[in-house]
Amino acid sequence: MGLPTGSDLTGTIVGGGASSQQAAQEIWIASFQSDNPNTTVEYDPAGSGAGRDMFLAGGAAFAGSDRAFTPEELEAGEFGACVPGSGIVELPAYVAPIVVVFNLAGVDALNLDPKTIAGIFAGDIDRWDGEAIATQNPGVDLPDARITPVHRSDESGTTENFTDYLAAAAGDAWPYEPNGTWPFEGGEASQGTSGVVDSVRNGTGTIGYVDASRAGGLGQVAVKVGEDYVGYSAEAAAAIVDASSIEPGRGEGDLAIELDRTTEEAGVYPIVLISYLIGCEQYAAGIDAEVVRAYFEYVISDAGQQAASQNAGSAPLSAQTRERAAAAAALIG
Amino acid sequence: MTSPATSARTPRTKQRLGDRIFSNSALTAGTLILAILAAVAGFLVLESVPALTTDPEEIDILNGQPFWSYVAPLVFGTLWASALALAMAIPVSIGIALFISHFAPRRIAQGLGYIVDLLAAVPSVVFGLWGGNVLAPAVQPLYTWLTQNLGWFPLFAPPASGTGRTILTAAIVLAVMVLPIITALSREVFLQTPVLHEEAALALGATRWEMIRTAVLPFARPGIISASMLGLGRALGETMAVAMVLSASGGITLAVLTPSNPGTIAANIALRFPEAFGLNTNLLIATGLILFAITLVVNMIARAIINRRKEFSGAN
Repeated sequence: MGLPTGSDLTGTIVGGGASSQQAAQEIWIASFQSDNPNTTVEYDPAGSGAGRDMFLAGGAAFAGSDRAFTPEELEAGEFGACVPGSGIVELPAYVAPIVVVFNLAGVDALNLDPKTIAGIFAGDIDRWDGEAIATQNPGVDLPDARITPVHRSDESGTTENFTDYLAAAAGDAWPYEPNGTWPFEGGEASQGTSGVVDSVRNGTGTIGYVDASRAGGLGQVAVKVGEDYVGYSAEAAAAIVDASSIEPGRGEGDLAIELDRTTEEAGVYPIVLISYLIGCEQYAAGIDAEVVRAYFEYVISDAGQQAASQNAGSAPLSAQTRERAAAAAALIG
Repeated sequence: MTSPATSARTPRTKQRLGDRIFSNSALTAGTLILAILAAVAGFLVLESVPALTTDPEEIDILNGQPFWSYVAPLVFGTLWASALALAMAIPVSIGIALFISHFAPRRIAQGLGYIVDLLAAVPSVVFGLWGGNVLAPAVQPLYTWLTQNLGWFPLFAPPASGTGRTILTAAIVLAVMVLPIITALSREVFLQTPVLHEEAALALGATRWEMIRTAVLPFARPGIISASMLGLGRALGETMAVAMVLSASGGITLAVLTPSNPGTIAANIALRFPEAFGLNTNLLIATGLILFAITLVVNMIARAIINRRKEFSGAN
């Protein structure tokens, strides 16, 4: 099974962070370790914030995080695992599309623009046959029923990215700041992705937002981008990474993506969560930099991305993004 | 005069090895529980201090509001859900316990008692799944009907939840969970009623219900209160089932059928802790300290009630 070429790699690395990456990390670790039998990789899905804290304190060789370090954090941060003054590497390793799902008898698909989605989740649009929904969906038989929006009751990167999308794309209809917890009181709350899926499925006239891998069997919303309505697909979700630019003023290996949620490019699906792998360019003594580099290179390879797509439902990175990420990973040493 | 040392060495009663081992191990067990309680309290206090002394602006979860206004809806939700649960569970439990102890034929009573005890062994995560996926959709149409027809009553104020995951549903689940505790203890207490009291009541011409009212219930009252307080303790601290069932997205409200319900302290900790870091964890632990204090106060009140009624009960 194991490739003979990789088998001379030896060492143990410990990482931790975003629980969104957990399923993907499990499959990455399993494949990486079977290719490199003398290595051990551990990932503690303690949460994005905890992962960044561990990495800052030097307790983890790499971190998984649903957002990149902010420029202020980079300014202030002495990274415990790195050689003092070393830059850090941030790779967009895991792109998870977020789908707006609903449960409405006889309706499988709806077209909605960002303003309408924001109005629904903010509670301003509360009837399914309301004008804003009806005009965008001619020919769909919308019932005269109340809308029940469902959001996450726990803190999550899914909520942070969904509210970030609404804040960027919906304008006045969404007056709240992006936040990992739901920003206002009201609406229906459910625990975790499974809780939201169950609430939407078992409720009446419900609408919620979930990871794409869990959206099966529910009505799905196609989102207005430019002039068209774009349904979720892995390619369309990966395309937003290509359509967005890298945040300026960062180090060479720091690929923090400035997601362009308001893009008008055709065929791009704008509601995605990007989870990063974070490591050092220069590691302090005692950490197997070689193993970190090999692991990062595997994760962003086509094989790694396909494995995560099959097992965790993520959107595989495009070849263009993989190339950029590989160049960044090569800086680790 | 002999030296005092010699006289002190002479024991008044002979202490055998077994006595000493037993008394020491009992002492150790007694101190151990105090030490554990003190350790838990110490941990809660130490970890809470940073959250209480820091500027609320620096704690993300607080969103700029002061600590007390963050914790108030949670305290209310915790007490409100538990009170609703007890209001439903206590009458039913007493009914079941009386049926088992005084009405049912012996064979049925044994089987029923066994089934009630079995209910206590169901894990809370199973109750949570059942509550969210079976109970909530089942009661949702009833909730809609109630808000449409009895909406003027503050408890049933509209709008009705579209999923049925309201604080009333959570309270029903909690009631089912505390039912076996209250039932099992009440049943044992009812069985302790002196047979002479019961027979005297019957001999004076009392019906079975009058006998229960005049002989069994007064005797068992402190026991029922103790049982209810144990049940209340379980309801206050229940985490998993509430987190899975309750749609906690609102503040203090008496309406029990709307989608916006106050959360509970325990469930809120479970929901926020996995992604919390830095001072946020201290904040959540501080809410845990509040829950700890509430539980202590509730237990002290229960003790006071039982002590006040002790002289009438004959239980001592």
